[in-house]
Amino acid sequence: MDAINLSHKDAAFTRAVATRSGQSVTACYQCGNCTAGCPAGFTYDMPVSQIMRGVQLGLKDQVLNAKSLWMCLSCSTCTLRCPNDIDVAGIMETLRHMAREQGQVSVPKVNKFWMSFLDTVRIFGRSYEIGVMALYMMRSLRVFTDVDLAPDALSKQKLGLMPHVTPNGGAEAVGRIMQRFKERADREGGAA
Amino acid sequence: MSIVYYPGCSAAGTSSDYEKSTQAVCDALGMSFTPLPDWNCCGSTPAHATSTELSAALSVRNLDIAAKMGAEKVATPCPSCLSNLRLAKKRMEKPEFRARVDELLDEASSAELPQTYSVMQLIYEKYGSEFVAHRVQRPLKGLKVACYYGCLMSRPADIMADFGHPENPQVMESLLRACGAEVVEFPLKTECCGASHGIPERQLTANLSGKILETAQNMGIDALVAACPLCQMNLDLRQKQAGKAMGKEFALPVFYYTQMMGMAFGIKLSALGLNKLVVSPEPVLKKWQAALKEGVCE
Repeated sequence: MDAINLSHKDAAFTRAVATRSGQSVTACYQCGNCTAGCPAGFTYDMPVSQIMRGVQLGLKDQVLNAKSLWMCLSCSTCTLRCPNDIDVAGIMETLRHMAREQGQVSVPKVNKFWMSFLDTVRIFGRSYEIGVMALYMMRSLRVFTDVDLAPDALSKQKLGLMPHVTPNGGAEAVGRIMQRFKERADREGGAA
Repeated sequence: MSIVYYPGCSAAGTSSDYEKSTQAVCDALGMSFTPLPDWNCCGSTPAHATSTELSAALSVRNLDIAAKMGAEKVATPCPSCLSNLRLAKKRMEKPEFRARVDELLDEASSAELPQTYSVMQLIYEKYGSEFVAHRVQRPLKGLKVACYYGCLMSRPADIMADFGHPENPQVMESLLRACGAEVVEFPLKTECCGASHGIPERQLTANLSGKILETAQNMGIDALVAACPLCQMNLDLRQKQAGKAMGKEFALPVFYYTQMMGMAFGIKLSALGLNKLVVSPEPVLKKWQAALKEGVCE
């Protein structure tokens, strides 16, 4: 394990995480319950309890660069099992937001999938499976994603071929929500 | 005062069988919903992973339409929609947050937004096991099943406190027992299936769904019963991928709880969308029909 250089401590980062998540990050005493219960932990480069410690120590770059932020499944088992009632999943979510705002997306394909999903919502007002897959394959250049599932997915009509549209202007209303969100994020200096 | 129904996007695509069977079961019980016109996607994980305010705005647009219709409650079959709609309502209680979200909407949202419930919770609370048992015409005899809720039916715990224990809910078990099935206590009932990471990170989802399927199959059950469109897809459509990850061959049918309840209520199988299940439900249906026949002869 690498040595931690405490002279790089960024106290403003610790405060920002606490404020944005609404959680008292100092309450964590490293019991490790969150890490023990985390179902995605085996794919993490930094276990969730270490992320909590990193936040306390103000290790901004190390924390925001962690792949773990993008492998987290938001199942909130960590939150449930925290003996100090810290919303650990909420902190992971805040860190994802902060990482994206700084352009630090350590597992790009997960983010590309999410962005593809949101694109279909912006256009149609509802998510649209084939559209998500097509956009994702284009973005990630992984054109054979789940091609093994195609026979079952198609024969069982798991994928609607037509987009699920909102009938009475809902798609346009959602488009406006997304547009206002993007404009505000640009104005405030975050990445949408 | 009415209950407004929010189907969620999966209902029109990957889980149209869940939608069909949900409607059929609610009809049979006499539970009526008013459709939410022009609803939009709650944004699911991609929205909340991007911004809490964006996620809330997408949910609140729906809750606001429901509020203006005078809805007392919103019902949804999908746990992910449930979680987003409930979280949005709770977060809107903070004036600063509400102001930020209202800024994203066409008009400021209603002061009072209705609460959202899973269809499962509404069925259980309105009718209870006794009434459900009374409605059963073809009990799920001879069938041993395990209930799988996934992460979001009972969590986050603070917003789902009215559903029971966040890691040991009992609602689905009660309903299926009332329908005559033998229900085993499934230890992984609220473990995560790998959710939407199945597309970008196949191995993660294959491993997690694999563990659930392996444990379930080792319990000697006839079927796993799910309540979430994404969980059902990971466990059913992706069952071969999960098997590969675990070095096992799985052949475990994964039903929606509403399909099982519909079977017990004597609803025609074609109205329950069983033809959409990827792992064949035939062995389960045969075993059940044989057990029913035996019962008649006794």
